[in-house]
Amino acid sequence: MTAFEWARNTSVYRSIIRHGVLPTNRNRSLIIFENLFLHVHPVKVRERSLRFTHTYWLGGITLASTLILVATGVLLMFYYHPSVPQAYRDMKELQYVVDDGVFLRNLHRWAAHLMVIAAFLHLLRVFYHRAYRPPRQFNWVVGVVLLIVTLLLSYTGYLLPWDQLAFWGVSVGTNMAREAPLIGERMRFFLLGGNVVSENALLRFYVLHCVVLPVALLLLVSVHIWRVRKDGGVQGPPEEGARRRAQGADRDVAETPSAPRPLRPAP
Amino acid sequence: MLELDETLDDSGETRRDFFTRIGVGACAVAAVGSGVLTLDYLEPKVLFEPSTTFVAGSPRDFTDGVVRFNREKKAYVIGGPTGVYALSAVCTHLGCITRFKSDERVIACPCHGSRFDLDGGVVHGPAPRPLPWLDVAEDANGNLVVDTGIVIPRGKVFRP
Repeated sequence: MTAFEWARNTSVYRSIIRHGVLPTNRNRSLIIFENLFLHVHPVKVRERSLRFTHTYWLGGITLASTLILVATGVLLMFYYHPSVPQAYRDMKELQYVVDDGVFLRNLHRWAAHLMVIAAFLHLLRVFYHRAYRPPRQFNWVVGVVLLIVTLLLSYTGYLLPWDQLAFWGVSVGTNMAREAPLIGERMRFFLLGGNVVSENALLRFYVLHCVVLPVALLLLVSVHIWRVRKDGGVQGPPEEGARRRAQGADRDVAETPSAPRPLRPAP
Repeated sequence: MLELDETLDDSGETRRDFFTRIGVGACAVAAVGSGVLTLDYLEPKVLFEPSTTFVAGSPRDFTDGVVRFNREKKAYVIGGPTGVYALSAVCTHLGCITRFKSDERVIACPCHGSRFDLDGGVVHGPAPRPLPWLDVAEDANGNLVVDTGIVIPRGKVFRP
């Protein structure tokens, strides 16, 4: 008996994962179903949906960069004070003094760029594969909101180093918000917590960047991935399905628990 | 024994429906109220922002054609043919700080190339609006005081 098998038979492991190690399909399914974290993911996926050209893994790359951003972001928060002029000094301290600070900061920055690019390409991929069509139309909307949240996260993070680039980036951005009809001026005032880009604005952007937007992102991502399962799994290139149907080889779809189902039974 | 009839009046509404409506209504009032209170909370009531006024100097210094730039308060104080006036130096396009080019007698923005004449009018886009005129007053010592927080109508020149 290997150490791994021994560990899986301990009472502690069995109290967490109730279904044991029986290698049957039913038992494997139950392990997924009854786990809060795993149940958002399908129990079974078709082999071809895992191929790179099926989805280009863009959603997964976006999610992976999100996880990197959360991990590095929390670590950066241990050294960062959202106040003037301490914010800029903390950023410099991370760059030049703190062990691995420059690595974590740059990782946060590159992962942020990757997240925006991957999310954008993911939307394009879904669009060109016609995967926004029913029954996936709601998940498309969730995806668009997720892109907006991603861009807002990027933008609020831009102010935090409190350097010239950050200051003018936010000056220009909030002046854009001011041009919104009727509520523009109020919106800018609420965003900045004042009339000028100042310490209030830094604190507000910090709270948005570190609490409000990540929580919104977490909730929406959970819904998004869970709906991928509920809506019948990832949809790859539409030609693929048509070709397979023409060859009469689409039977495996009907047998798969995650096959697309209409939301209501046909009349 | 009376037959139990839950209907209170002819409308067909039961006691339970009535209390449900009261409960849902109370929750709605509380939700709207907490929304308003949260918005109100998020609006700063006291701001510790730098003062918007500055002393520009004696009116006698501003003879016709003199342009002085206050870097800190982002404003120009300009001597015109009939008096003194002040212009905001903040570009009306996206908020960059403009600069006076003395050789061309023009105010230019370094960010996107907007140009303004010395009355604040747009000579060259993308700026959508002229530079705002700012309030100019005289203090007890006879010096000019500019308030960048007060925009006055265009052409209202201060005559000492």
